[in-house]
Amino acid sequence: MEVRKPRIKSMKYEDFNDNEYIESMIRELRENGTNVVVGCLDEVIEQGRSNSLWPLTFATSCCGIEFMAVGAARYDFARFGFEVARASPRQADFIMVAGTITHKMAPVLKRLYDQMADPKYVIATGGCAISGGPFRKSYHVVDGVDKILPVDVYIPGCPPRPEAMLYGLMQLQRKVKVQRFFGGVNRQIGKEEYEELLRRDLTSEKNELNVEGESNHEQ
Amino acid sequence: MNNNLQAKITAWEPAAVWSDKGDGMFTVPAERFRDLAVRLRGEGFDFLRSLTGMDWGEEGFGVVYHLESTATGENVVLRTLTPERENPVLPSVCDLWKTAELNEREAFDFFGIRFLNHPDMRRLFLRDDWVGYPLRKDYDPSLNPLRMSNEVAKDSTASFELMPDGSVIRKRSVLFEEEEYVINIGPQHPATHGVLRFRVSLEGEIIRKLDAHCGYIHRGIEKMCEELTYPQTLALTDRLDYLGAAQNRHALCMCIEKGLGVEVPERVQYIRTIMDELQRIDSHLLFFSCLCMDMGALTAFFYGFRDREKVLDILEQTTGGRLIQTYNTIGGVQADIHPDFVRKTKEFIAYMRPKLREYHEVFTGNIIAQERLKGTGVLTREDAVSFGATGGTGRASGWACDVRKRHPYAAYDKVQFDEVLFTEGDCFARYMVRMREIEQSLHIIEQLIDNIPEGACQVKMKPVIRIPEGSYYAAVEGSRGEFGVFLESRGDKYPYRMKFRSTGLPLVACLETIARGTKIADLIAIGGTLDYVVPDIDR
Repeated sequence: MEVRKPRIKSMKYEDFNDNEYIESMIRELRENGTNVVVGCLDEVIEQGRSNSLWPLTFATSCCGIEFMAVGAARYDFARFGFEVARASPRQADFIMVAGTITHKMAPVLKRLYDQMADPKYVIATGGCAISGGPFRKSYHVVDGVDKILPVDVYIPGCPPRPEAMLYGLMQLQRKVKVQRFFGGVNRQIGKEEYEELLRRDLTSEKNELNVEGESNHEQ
Repeated sequence: MNNNLQAKITAWEPAAVWSDKGDGMFTVPAERFRDLAVRLRGEGFDFLRSLTGMDWGEEGFGVVYHLESTATGENVVLRTLTPERENPVLPSVCDLWKTAELNEREAFDFFGIRFLNHPDMRRLFLRDDWVGYPLRKDYDPSLNPLRMSNEVAKDSTASFELMPDGSVIRKRSVLFEEEEYVINIGPQHPATHGVLRFRVSLEGEIIRKLDAHCGYIHRGIEKMCEELTYPQTLALTDRLDYLGAAQNRHALCMCIEKGLGVEVPERVQYIRTIMDELQRIDSHLLFFSCLCMDMGALTAFFYGFRDREKVLDILEQTTGGRLIQTYNTIGGVQADIHPDFVRKTKEFIAYMRPKLREYHEVFTGNIIAQERLKGTGVLTREDAVSFGATGGTGRASGWACDVRKRHPYAAYDKVQFDEVLFTEGDCFARYMVRMREIEQSLHIIEQLIDNIPEGACQVKMKPVIRIPEGSYYAAVEGSRGEFGVFLESRGDKYPYRMKFRSTGLPLVACLETIARGTKIADLIAIGGTLDYVVPDIDR
């Protein structure tokens, strides 16, 4: 069955940038082919999912204030279904990394991301989250949140204007609309795998991000 | 500093050497410093404006103290240093001025200076497993790659004491006992206004102990400034306290202009003053909105933000930025005001006054707000001075700490305004101070807006700016207290050391004192009314 181009009510398809990216996703879906029943169900679910994306209230600095402005009266992201900002990562669909991420904050952010339920998305907001921004040369700033999390949408600016944030959020909606929910983004894991994960203490493990482990530096 | 005071200090401490460079300061040997500090404290110097750790290279490590007497308004700058580079040790003054407690931890964190008899010598901003001290001139950043292991909060701390034989011993002391009920708030919590983290020991609902962890948004701005030319450093100050962007940058420009001896035209002074006041209104409106939201009054949040957008429109039209305006420059402002600026500002003043009455109807008079704010979280005047809790917090406790009155700058000596003072020192007083200050800010703008003198909006500066050798301090009244810039120059085009006196750090320091004995739910109201901005604390 044919996968349709994503449609956002308030903005024409042609007015968006980065349509190639969406089109490549659509092409991939079309090539793989979909069962009609699953496809129709998917469409309904995607409609619901993309129009009620709940953000995690996560802000470290200036961008957070603009994020609040987007939530307030003039810009009002409730028009697009984002208004239910959640304080708990368990209930959130996406995390808007608004502000600088420092070395001390990075493990905390990773932990918050790990606590979110699938399917989950990341938006890197502002220069600092994208690349370190003005603080790129600092000794304590992570140069780009994509070093630690997979990022879906980047919103440049310092801080981005509320309009830019809305645009970025709509781009995320479009991405959600052309994803397959069944057997796609809804990554369900089996019981055994889940128990295995519970047994492992992921934070103390040595992996590419966690090379230091629990080293002790006496001074 | 007046000659009288200079003579007095030389008489008290003959070993103190006066140096004229820049603002001028006394150099006191480390072993004699403690006695002089006690003496000065006894003589009425009860406000430690700023405490700056320093790395003077060959000379060793040291600390610069800016002291002020709240009674007489006299200022004195002292420095003390130790030539030891391996294990620098200096006497602590945190029993004389409580604000030194966190500031000395900061100096320890940045420079590795150990303060004798300081009860809690932990790192303040960086992780416990951080290697080396980042603001030392010989620091090697490759020692600290990004560590993704979770940090385990320790329940004990260390202090250093001097033994009679001259050796220094390390003592371990317990922060939280094994049987204490400790809960963690933050760093990612909607009511902490950013990424601040508390560990709170509870007895039922009552807070017994509070331990604040900072540094989750520590960006090392002070170190970065040492590698930037003076005009480049301006870019970073806006991002310290983003609700006082204009004021922060004003302070830095003032400090550099002071070093250069540049006189800024009258027109610029007027524009800067108006911008500062608009920024203050913006900040206080956000304070109102967030406090209300934290306490559950979501409607008031929308009201506050609606009106805040009007201020942002005015700022944006002239400066091009909503939050980060980067408007002030050394010797002027980036561009002249927009032709509509005067008209729009006047319209805003006329619009804002009735809205304030609306706020009071919606929130101030509300019985729930009154019950939750009145009488909770009392900060006494002595504590406010000792902690250096300036701004609305200090004025709510009856301390007349407004820099605009104490050390008038820009066009503040040409305008008439009241310093809003309350004596209760509770959450409600802190709230009311800020609401009244909006009125005063409107009043200040009103007096200036029609009288902006004609003239240039930028003094011609040299392409490469070098500040004469010496150290300089300039302060403005930020949205939430005294924002100061301490600058030490060695005559290069880069600052040797630049320190920002954070408006928020003293507020976090006094949080433990305020919150002890209150209920855990009151912590939200207390944090909301203290009105700190975390990136300003961590810098």
